[in-house]
Amino acid sequence: MSKFQFPESIRSRPVYGTLEPRPGKAHLMIADAEGAEALLDLAAQDAAIFRAAHIIYIPKDTGDTYVDRLKALEPAQFYVGPTYEASVQRIRRVLSDAHMGLQVYLAGTEGLMGQAQNEAMTAGIPHSAIQTEHRGSVARRMQCVHCKGITEDVMTDPFVCSHCGLNLFVRDHYSRRLAAFQGVCVDAEDPGNVPEPVELYK
Amino acid sequence: MSAAPQKAKAGAEKIEVEVSAIVPLNDLVTRFEFTRRDGLPFPPFSAGAHTVVEMNDDGRTRLNPYSLMSDPADSTKYAISVRRDDEGRGGSLFMHRKVKVGDTMTITYPVNLFPLDLRGRKHVFLAGGIGITPFMAMIAYLERMGGAWELHYACRSEALGTYVDELTSRHPNKVHVYYDDKKQAIALEDLLDGQPLGTHVYVCGPQGMIQWVHKTAAAHGWPDENVHSEEFLAPQPGKPFEVRLCKSDITIQVGEHESLLEAIERCGVEAPFLCRGGACGQCETDVVEADGEFIHRDHWLDDDDHASGKKIMPCVSRFVGKTLVLDR
Repeated sequence: MSKFQFPESIRSRPVYGTLEPRPGKAHLMIADAEGAEALLDLAAQDAAIFRAAHIIYIPKDTGDTYVDRLKALEPAQFYVGPTYEASVQRIRRVLSDAHMGLQVYLAGTEGLMGQAQNEAMTAGIPHSAIQTEHRGSVARRMQCVHCKGITEDVMTDPFVCSHCGLNLFVRDHYSRRLAAFQGVCVDAEDPGNVPEPVELYK
Repeated sequence: MSAAPQKAKAGAEKIEVEVSAIVPLNDLVTRFEFTRRDGLPFPPFSAGAHTVVEMNDDGRTRLNPYSLMSDPADSTKYAISVRRDDEGRGGSLFMHRKVKVGDTMTITYPVNLFPLDLRGRKHVFLAGGIGITPFMAMIAYLERMGGAWELHYACRSEALGTYVDELTSRHPNKVHVYYDDKKQAIALEDLLDGQPLGTHVYVCGPQGMIQWVHKTAAAHGWPDENVHSEEFLAPQPGKPFEVRLCKSDITIQVGEHESLLEAIERCGVEAPFLCRGGACGQCETDVVEADGEFIHRDHWLDDDDHASGKKIMPCVSRFVGKTLVLDR
């Protein structure tokens, strides 16, 4: 089961919905890993929108699990890429060629949805008009508030900053601009006194 | 509505002005220009703002909102353009018939319920008739800022095409005019197709036009956030009714030709307002008790609020029934 109900939190924490087909001239769908299941569910509601859809899919560690099933939806364009970073050039190009009437659907991990939402916002789409659905890993994209380095796929709290090595506490405080949660030094006053890391949401 | 309600109070701050020019533009529309009596510069306003003009019509106070259509960069004067409505409640007739150059009047500080979204990459204006007024200020602003815009302006006829000559001579490539009597119409679907991402559309005109634009844009996949509209409603006459104001502990009568808000004011009870046209939300009032039917006409409350019978916008909405008690 790829769905996870996040507990209620502070206002800063993003809230995700369930993808629904909306009228539009073109449909841009960006998903990673189990996010493919949200696209398959979307197709079950209205397969017709895929005739004008461009799917950008990053399987991550799901490999070929979903690729054939996504292809079978017969989207107008279908791209499978190794990493989000590798797909960014394509996403920017698609958005720069797009017109009003484009619907954007994002599904999968928080890191993917946050970064893709940022690209769509930069292209002029209000964030509230971009649909999102969380699926799969609850790992987080974290920014160290001290060195500003980003650590991807953080699974424990606290964790070690992959750039400066500080021990960071995982906060729900989120930056839409950076598409990252904020990590704050956990042992600043008593260096070395670091709580035992626990897996997120365990 | 995007504007957040401010602290509820009875109207915006006021400015004493003198009528410095009256310019008839065609059979129906006249421009009124105001200068400040104290000689100070006018407060700056953002394009799309309106002012509420206070009219003393033989002892009866009329308060009508009008879009500011002068250049927002000009702090020496404010200008409004008023369409004469022979069937209306009399505010526009008062402006056309009674107001003379040199008269002193009171207007409010500008309030903007129809601002440009300055994040927009491009701004498409759709005007119907006198709905051109806020766009005059928006165009002046965007021309100065180098913003991308285009105007599609539907008028009844060439003779009633307010500001058409000025607009088409200054901006021949950006202004598109459509005359009803020549069976010309805005090709809205074609217009919405192919606009660059980040385009915002603004519509000011009759209610049918506003609904048509919202509906068509939604069907074409435009987010609500990119579609802006403004329509000031004039209060409609209706059967007289009785209202109890429980905080003030009085019972008042609302006449056929006055709004509930006007009746509350006439009885000396101070009630908050800004636009007096069902748009801004300032006059929202809680209903304590009601036995009868509401005639909701505002654009502020949502359908659930209207159905609940717990709230009313006294500037444009009325009531038919036995008892109405308001928390005012």
